[in-house]
Amino acid sequence: MQPVYLEYDSASRQPPMIGELVELFRYRDLLRMMVVNIIKTRYKRSALGVVWTLLNPLLNMAVLSVAFSSLFGGSLVHYPVYVLSGLIFWNFFTQTTLYAMNTLVWGGTLLKRVYIPRTIFSVASVGNGLVNLLLSMIPLVIIMLVLGHPLYAAWWLVPLAVLLLAMFALGVALFMSTVAVYFTDVVDMYQVFIQALFFLTPIMYPKDILPARFQWFLHLNPLFNLLEVFRSPIYLGMSPGLNTLLAAALSAIVALLIGWWTFTRKADEFAYRI
Amino acid sequence: MLTESELAAPAAAPAAPVIGEPLIQLDNVSVLYRVPRERIHSFKEYAIRWLRRQVAYNEFWALKDVNLEVRRGEVFGIIGPNGAGKSTLLKVVARVLRPTTGRVRVRGRVAPLLELGAGFDMELTGRENVFLNGAVLGYSQRDIAERFDRIVDFAGVREFIDAPLRTYSSGMVVRLGFAVATDVRPEVLIVDEVLGVGDAEFQRKSSARIEAFRDANTTILMVSHSLGAVTQMCKRAAWIEHGVIRSIGPAPDVVADYQH
Repeated sequence: MQPVYLEYDSASRQPPMIGELVELFRYRDLLRMMVVNIIKTRYKRSALGVVWTLLNPLLNMAVLSVAFSSLFGGSLVHYPVYVLSGLIFWNFFTQTTLYAMNTLVWGGTLLKRVYIPRTIFSVASVGNGLVNLLLSMIPLVIIMLVLGHPLYAAWWLVPLAVLLLAMFALGVALFMSTVAVYFTDVVDMYQVFIQALFFLTPIMYPKDILPARFQWFLHLNPLFNLLEVFRSPIYLGMSPGLNTLLAAALSAIVALLIGWWTFTRKADEFAYRI
Repeated sequence: MLTESELAAPAAAPAAPVIGEPLIQLDNVSVLYRVPRERIHSFKEYAIRWLRRQVAYNEFWALKDVNLEVRRGEVFGIIGPNGAGKSTLLKVVARVLRPTTGRVRVRGRVAPLLELGAGFDMELTGRENVFLNGAVLGYSQRDIAERFDRIVDFAGVREFIDAPLRTYSSGMVVRLGFAVATDVRPEVLIVDEVLGVGDAEFQRKSSARIEAFRDANTTILMVSHSLGAVTQMCKRAAWIEHGVIRSIGPAPDVVADYQH
């Protein structure tokens, strides 16, 4: 007789936060395949393929540089480096969160047909975002070399910044996906909100453009702290300061915990709702 | 053509399956569907209605206090009219739906033949889809790699395996899904409706495989509208109507009850 090696008990006392982690690990091969397939299918449909991922932030950078170089160029040397590093950061956050929401709301019918760990959609879109982020570092480095912007030793901080950003984005993706399962118009509302946030975060303008008495406001925006941790080592060649670093780490951890907790607590209802 | 061994398998009367410990246990399982009377998709609309206390729900119990125990090696049939809750029951066992109340326990690897080829991506090749679907069913990539050739040969799609799935006929897609889902003998097999998979030859092949599983002591939970098939294949059965078990026991008795 074969040994019993899998057991499912709907009344298991294991908290869903932990149980989901175990299941996600069990389905890690599926996770990897989903990331690879997102990339594969995208490139199969587009003629430019991988070139597009490299070109897209570059084009945005070119437009913004033409428009704003003379305005902000005085206070920001090598403005394209400043704006491109900001855009890479921003694209990762918006693409990851939106993609996670859309795949769950529109592609989540799989959940009605077969059991898979539900967080896999959000985690896969973060994985996909990380691949794109890695690729878009190539044009950034090229631009830096062309403009003669130094490649600082402080770059070692960049992986840490990306890790914190990924944690934060995953938390937001999980939380927003949970809400979007119940109300699909939240996806549109989120898009509007994120657009406004883009202008409220110093991506394309220097942070000191804001009057001194509003500077505190910036630090309430978790994306600003995360952006500083990401951009300071690249652009200024220095660490963003311990306070900013701690604030960024805290917001990443809190966002991930809230997102993971909300999502896993509600995930059993998704199959009834999607 | 059927191979000799496939023909021989049912003929060589297998030893009566050893009925073992319970693999599927449902204790007072109920499933409540709570459907808003009008589908409210937007948060704005919901907020307005909630303020006016206008969110009305239709509630209905798709399953109500269902108790069921299926043991190792048993073939158990579920019969009942459309909308009785049969599919919901299978989904609860397959872990797709969590019961609103009650407890479900399942031991052993489950192969759900509810939706063949779940997660198939039409843009990817047959080869890529075998791995993807295998992963959706919880197999590791290494498992699938080892069994890849057997899966492809069973589905009979060897020549097309590197073509995108959208170029396959619908029969080929289903055959591939069946081949992936049943390549390893599961402890528990969940079957929705007797499989009319593919052409006549493949139907013989797929029933032969399911019979082989049965003879090897796999527990089978099947839903069918064919009372003949249930009487013939199942030792025990349950008749479900309006989410409630009306009758449970030896298959012929339950079928007779149902026909009354």
